[in-house]
Amino acid sequence: MIQVEGLSRSFGAIRAIDDVAFEARDGRITGLLGPNGAGKSTTLRILYTVLRPDAGTARVDGIDVAQDSLATRRAIGVLPHSAGIYPQLTARENIAYFGELHGLQGGTLQKRVDELLVELGIGAFADRRAKGFSQGERVKVALARALVHSPKNLLLDEPTNGLDVMATRALRALILRLRASGHCVLFSSHVMQEVAALCDDIVIIDHGRVVAAGTPDSLRAQFGATTLEDAFVSAIGDARGLE
Amino acid sequence: MNAILRIVMLKELRESLRDRRTLLTSLVLGPIFAPLFFILILKLALARSVATQDEVAPVTIANAAAAPNFVQQLRESGLEVTLKDGTDAEIRAWIADTDGLVVLRIPDNFAERFLRGAPAAVMVYADGSNSKAERRAHRVYDAIARYSSTIGSLRLQARGVSPSIAQAVVVDNIDVSTPSARATLLLGMLSYVILLVTLLGGLYLAIDATAGERERGSLEALLTVPATRARLIYGKIAAAATMMTLALALVTASIVAALGYVPLETFGMSANFGPGVAWRVFLTVLPFTLLGAALLTVVASFTKSYKEAQSWLGVVMLVPTVPIAIAGVLAVQPSISLMLVPSLSQHLVIQSLMRGDVLPLSWVLLSAASTLLLGLGLAWLAGRLYRREAILG
Repeated sequence: MIQVEGLSRSFGAIRAIDDVAFEARDGRITGLLGPNGAGKSTTLRILYTVLRPDAGTARVDGIDVAQDSLATRRAIGVLPHSAGIYPQLTARENIAYFGELHGLQGGTLQKRVDELLVELGIGAFADRRAKGFSQGERVKVALARALVHSPKNLLLDEPTNGLDVMATRALRALILRLRASGHCVLFSSHVMQEVAALCDDIVIIDHGRVVAAGTPDSLRAQFGATTLEDAFVSAIGDARGLE
Repeated sequence: MNAILRIVMLKELRESLRDRRTLLTSLVLGPIFAPLFFILILKLALARSVATQDEVAPVTIANAAAAPNFVQQLRESGLEVTLKDGTDAEIRAWIADTDGLVVLRIPDNFAERFLRGAPAAVMVYADGSNSKAERRAHRVYDAIARYSSTIGSLRLQARGVSPSIAQAVVVDNIDVSTPSARATLLLGMLSYVILLVTLLGGLYLAIDATAGERERGSLEALLTVPATRARLIYGKIAAAATMMTLALALVTASIVAALGYVPLETFGMSANFGPGVAWRVFLTVLPFTLLGAALLTVVASFTKSYKEAQSWLGVVMLVPTVPIAIAGVLAVQPSISLMLVPSLSQHLVIQSLMRGDVLPLSWVLLSAASTLLLGLGLAWLAGRLYRREAILG
């Protein structure tokens, strides 16, 4: 469960996000949708505690991310925008390293890593060094790394970037499975189809502000559009018109 | 040890030891080849200085017939004499054609002046801009001066005067340096080599763990694990310090092995760098690994990319050598206050170990303590730097 209220953050004179508010509930997939540079990554970075907000609060399972970053990090699994992995370690070692950093050890760690290798289809390249991995293989390892401590909440920053069709489908299937098991999934994307295919709730961000939010149906109704894309374009168009 | 620190340290070490290029530069090129290279140069320098002393000095003598006894004396004093007659112009042409040629020309009036007791002039032709010719010419001057002095003494004796009256002052050269101290002058550079190679051992790990981690995009994920950033960076510093310790152990061992091939004893020197000294050198430099690792990590934390880190650290690597260079120029002697200066104190302790002197244990401990303290300070600073948001780049 993620609750964001009045979140703002500037970098110098640039206001990256301004009074952002939304909620991402458990057992649902929430999409942060917006053009490049809209403030999606800044919002997520505040949520996963590498940036601090200038104003507003963000809570993960009731924990204030700015007040207790360590507890927040235990409650979230993160796939950052640049999800690099260690080239000299094998896929298995990459995942196990993060497991250890999360306090898992011995048999528990091994069992959890094995589970993830199967669940994400990493088995075939589990013991190869990561330096020759394709983008799809890298994302799978990075996802497994994010899930190793079985977090309730998942923050994914443009997870399908650079993935081919098969890898994208596998990722979608995984996200749906996570929803089914009651996780709270928040992911950002600038790809309309991506969001339309997956999300229960959509938060549209432009120029650092939330311009519309709701289920796909309610967004279509709100903008009198037949497709989600039309709704998106008019939401952003409206916002730009108001400037 | 803190669990996070240990986990991060082991992972960084594992990665470094798997990367063949890092391994090659950190633990092979530096520790093994640097001392070998250094000792090769030392050996060449020694061989050259010996060769210069024993070198035969060839000389071509023109018009030898004018002074057969003189020529015979020169032959006996070790010059390799060739006889060849020629005019002034011809001699100049020979020298232009032949590298390092020295020609002694005896004028026709030599015997007449010699018998009269008047100074008999001879001409030595050599190219003064050619160092080989210059060296040979000096051997010829020396031989002529000895002959001249012998004849002078004989003439004085013949006139009933003691030759010693012509010697107002004589010099007796007494060299009091011990064989080890003489070697230290040449081996003084070794502490440079040791400190530089030690730093080089951790260089790539320090870059890879900071700028490299950011450039590969794995830093952000790492910062989302439930551990303070300071703990993570301490683990990276500990890993770099471990690599430096490995490099240090290898370099001291390879110096011990390599010095065995330099015949220092034949030049009246002894290299006091056996296993006993090597072990003490290792312990002396050990605290320096923490300082070096923390220093490189702090600097690498400011850089944006692997390349930028490499170029900055290339400069930073020279920082610890600055005090040593200054001390070398000023011929600084060890003192208690200098033990507070990291790198310089290690240099001075290594120097005295090789010289066979014993510095007070308290000085050595002071060197270790001040170096460790500065290292801990820099590690703390690295931890602070990692708390900044700008670290994400």
